Amino acid sequence: MSTSKSKTKAKAKHDVKAKAKSKSKSKSMKSSKIRFEIDGKECTAKPGQTIVEAARDNGVYIPVLCWYEGMEPAGICRMCMVKVGGRTMPGCTTPVAEGMIIESDVPELEDMRKAMVEMLFVEGNHLCPTCEKSGNCDLQALGYRYRMMVPRFPYQFPLRLVDATYTKIMIDNNRCVQCRRCIRGITTKDGRHVFAMTKRSGKSTIVADRELEAKISDALAKKAMDQCPVGAILKKETGFALPIGRRKYDKAPIGTEVHK
Amino acid sequence: MGKPVVATVSMAGCFGCHMSLLDIDDKILQLIDLVEFNKSPIDDIKKFTKQCDIGFIEGGCCNSENVENLMNFRKNCKILISVGECAIMGGLPSLRNGIPVKECLEEAYLNCLTVDDKIIPNDEELPMITDKVYPCHEIVKIDYFLPGCPPRAELIWEALSALITGKKLELPYEVFKYD
Repeated sequence: MSTSKSKTKAKAKHDVKAKAKSKSKSKSMKSSKIRFEIDGKECTAKPGQTIVEAARDNGVYIPVLCWYEGMEPAGICRMCMVKVGGRTMPGCTTPVAEGMIIESDVPELEDMRKAMVEMLFVEGNHLCPTCEKSGNCDLQALGYRYRMMVPRFPYQFPLRLVDATYTKIMIDNNRCVQCRRCIRGITTKDGRHVFAMTKRSGKSTIVADRELEAKISDALAKKAMDQCPVGAILKKETGFALPIGRRKYDKAPIGTEVHK
Repeated sequence: MGKPVVATVSMAGCFGCHMSLLDIDDKILQLIDLVEFNKSPIDDIKKFTKQCDIGFIEGGCCNSENVENLMNFRKNCKILISVGECAIMGGLPSLRNGIPVKECLEEAYLNCLTVDDKIIPNDEELPMITDKVYPCHEIVKIDYFLPGCPPRAELIWEALSALITGKKLELPYEVFKYD
């Protein structure tokens, strides 16, 4: 008797569990679409998606510089700052929540982003005419997007070094914006990071592991160059592969591939 | 009212921006109808002969002569336009910024492999080199900026004609470039 009782108890427990399971399943089914609003546009997102990713999926471009598709977001450059409930927060690291009302394309934020682009232009030595990345550069493209005629801040002209002693690549610290895309995104097959940061604060620079760097494939060297938003990492031996007129940002502004 | 008077100058630049101005092709005939040129390398007038309306500045300031020239332009022109990367941010000559002038001169006139007489030129006729190459707007007030290296001919034309006729400047994306 007692055994059958315990059996029924166990069965009942199992039923409850199953019910709970199906309930949570139905709940997750329900929450598989998070509804939110960006600049008045009704959007939906998958759970766990960040504001930048979800906005992209809904055809809304939020300017980014350190963010790169498929890479763990780092929230460094603050280009993607959006307003949620009157507070500014980075869109690349903030997950979308149900009912969020996000402001992005508003004059206050756009001017702030423009100011950040200008700060980056004066902080380093960004001589577009001498740069191999010109036309394919994200920073330059953001300058075009915001119609930056001249930065509002005084030029710093810092003394930075070019390191061309590597085998496959060269690093021009004059152009580096320290977004750490290279550190986060470039790893060897066994998961070792090729790039790293050295020194601190204003003196911090990007360096590459010489032993690893000498052994990387041409494809990975090209990937490092392509993932760099500016011309700080250049692949040796090939240069100026695309003529003016056929470069990434020659014809259409940055963000047009996302914006619908 | 007469035609607006335009003056142009090339300072620490390569004359590329002036070439781009000439690159407006047949519109140069329209430009001649629209404006009168004063001090400019285009008509070879060396000194201001009257008050000008528009000053077209190419190149940044790398020596004392450039600075004097720029101040003279500010005095004689109602509107100054920084044209091109060098005028806006120093451009290629500004690659020397951050390196002390002494080191630059020694490299160019003493240590360079192709130098014959190892003398650093120091004649009072020669303008003094500034400690760094200055963007024009850090010396005098500049009213407008036209980026590019050189600014596209279309950009120069559209900006000049908008300024002269007073119509709104509408620029297509392809015209606005920094290289």
